[in-house]
Amino acid sequence: MAYLNGLKCRECGRDYPTEPLNVCDFCFGPLEVAYDYSTIREVVTRDGITSGPLSIWRYKDLLPASGENPVDIMTGMTPLIKANNLGKELGLNNLYIKNDSVNPSFSFKDRVVSVACTKAIEFGYEVLSCASTGNLAASVAAHAARAGIKAVVFIPGDLEQGKVINAAIYGPTIMAIDGNYDDVNRLCSEIADNYPWAFVNVNMRPYYAEGSKTLGYEVVEQLDWQVPDHVVVPAASGAMFTKIWKGFNELACLGLLDGVEGMSFGEDQNSVHHPSVSTKMHMAQAFGCSPIAAAWNNGQTHVVPVKPDTIAKSLAIGNPADGIYALKVIKESGGSATATPEDTVAEGIELLARTEGIFTETAGGVSISVLKSLVESGAIKQNERTVVYITGNGLKTQEVVQGAVNTLPIKPTMDSFESAYNG
Amino acid sequence: MANKRYIFTFPTNMITEPVIFNLGRDFEIETNIRRADIREDAGWVILELKGTEEEIDKGLLWVASKGVRVDSISGDLIQG
Ligand SMILES: Cc1ncc(COP(=O)(O)O)c(C=O)c1O
Ligand SMILES: [Zn+2]
Repeated sequence: MAYLNGLKCRECGRDYPTEPLNVCDFCFGPLEVAYDYSTIREVVTRDGITSGPLSIWRYKDLLPASGENPVDIMTGMTPLIKANNLGKELGLNNLYIKNDSVNPSFSFKDRVVSVACTKAIEFGYEVLSCASTGNLAASVAAHAARAGIKAVVFIPGDLEQGKVINAAIYGPTIMAIDGNYDDVNRLCSEIADNYPWAFVNVNMRPYYAEGSKTLGYEVVEQLDWQVPDHVVVPAASGAMFTKIWKGFNELACLGLLDGVEGMSFGEDQNSVHHPSVSTKMHMAQAFGCSPIAAAWNNGQTHVVPVKPDTIAKSLAIGNPADGIYALKVIKESGGSATATPEDTVAEGIELLARTEGIFTETAGGVSISVLKSLVESGAIKQNERTVVYITGNGLKTQEVVQGAVNTLPIKPTMDSFESAYNG
Repeated sequence: MANKRYIFTFPTNMITEPVIFNLGRDFEIETNIRRADIREDAGWVILELKGTEEEIDKGLLWVASKGVRVDSISGDLIQG
């Protein structure tokens, strides 16, 4: 079972029952799940976690859906790799890559969708839905297939064929909308209001977003129950960024970090900061869609929406729902936000592939390029333990690194081979 | 009739203009402010609009033509 007291408005604090709701009727603020941490404190242990399944559901006591019968395609427990080669190239001795590109549908979205789909079935929904330009669509379709329910996925009409196939293979109904970005948003919000479907990032959003906390839990577990000094995280809506921070602080407050005394969660569960969590949270965006980085660097407390124009399509959210909360996390943690130039995105992808043998999509290229600039600016020092989150797989955005292809054409003869190889 | 929720983001030069008042006066739209943050240099207002779809569309076009940004309050639904 999930240890929930219900939902709570992040702005005015009003309480709501555990239902498929995402907005406060009163102030229109976002609703978040409210945990019964006093019970969780009694049941959750490190041993209980480490003896659980090799998926995000080992953290079931800390997730807002029942872990008894989750929709699990074995998401999570992805590798945390010590990146000595990349570290050497950048001048870091203590660099790690959290390779989340190897999830079942090849992005971190499986974490959020596994929780949303499990909760949707608890609520009795028979259709799982989303609007997406790629990763989320694939994950929703995959989980619905596993759960044996229907998926209806909305995509922009001009989406690349490769990405359409990536979702279509799981057998969802796919609606390709003939319209621009704003049209797609608008239509989908109307559909979400009028159809009795579990729209993962609309009426399921409070539950869905919590799935990203597992990116924080796993890194802590993989670092022997310690938090890193720095993390670099790509952001679109900013939700994953805030939930990684929440994950670190929950473990600290529950007394699960090595050598750390737990503490109370206080009034606002979503803003709790345990003093032992000294991790600096660095946000990575691509210049062509960097509304949160722009707000941070201009000292604004709110985010002015932009029209996305970036090759990092998976990060192209112009009106980020969690923007202001992400800004608070940057401030609280002493972190930063960087908008990396568009032409560094492919360079970042190639650098990671060339040094560590990991092929990431554009979001990962953004993170690697931002890591590089944080080292160059002195924000990350040589011996500080740093984790970079790589959240999607390179096979999804092959078109952006076509320039890396350099084959040597030869005849089927030794001569031809040798002159090409030596020449 | 429709009930729709938006965030209006005001640039500096529009902060002092009675945009929401005029929206309610010149269009058949009932405006209902729920939250706001107005500063010297910029500001936002979260509000609900009641009216027919067409009237709300017309009203929002007018608001946007004044240089005020209109967005849905839930943020962009379409994700990567
Ligand atoms: C690969 C990848 N990384 C990162 C993100 C950013 O996630 P969030 O919207 O939680 O900031 C996305 C979102 O679509 C994504 O697809
Ligand atoms: Zn509220």
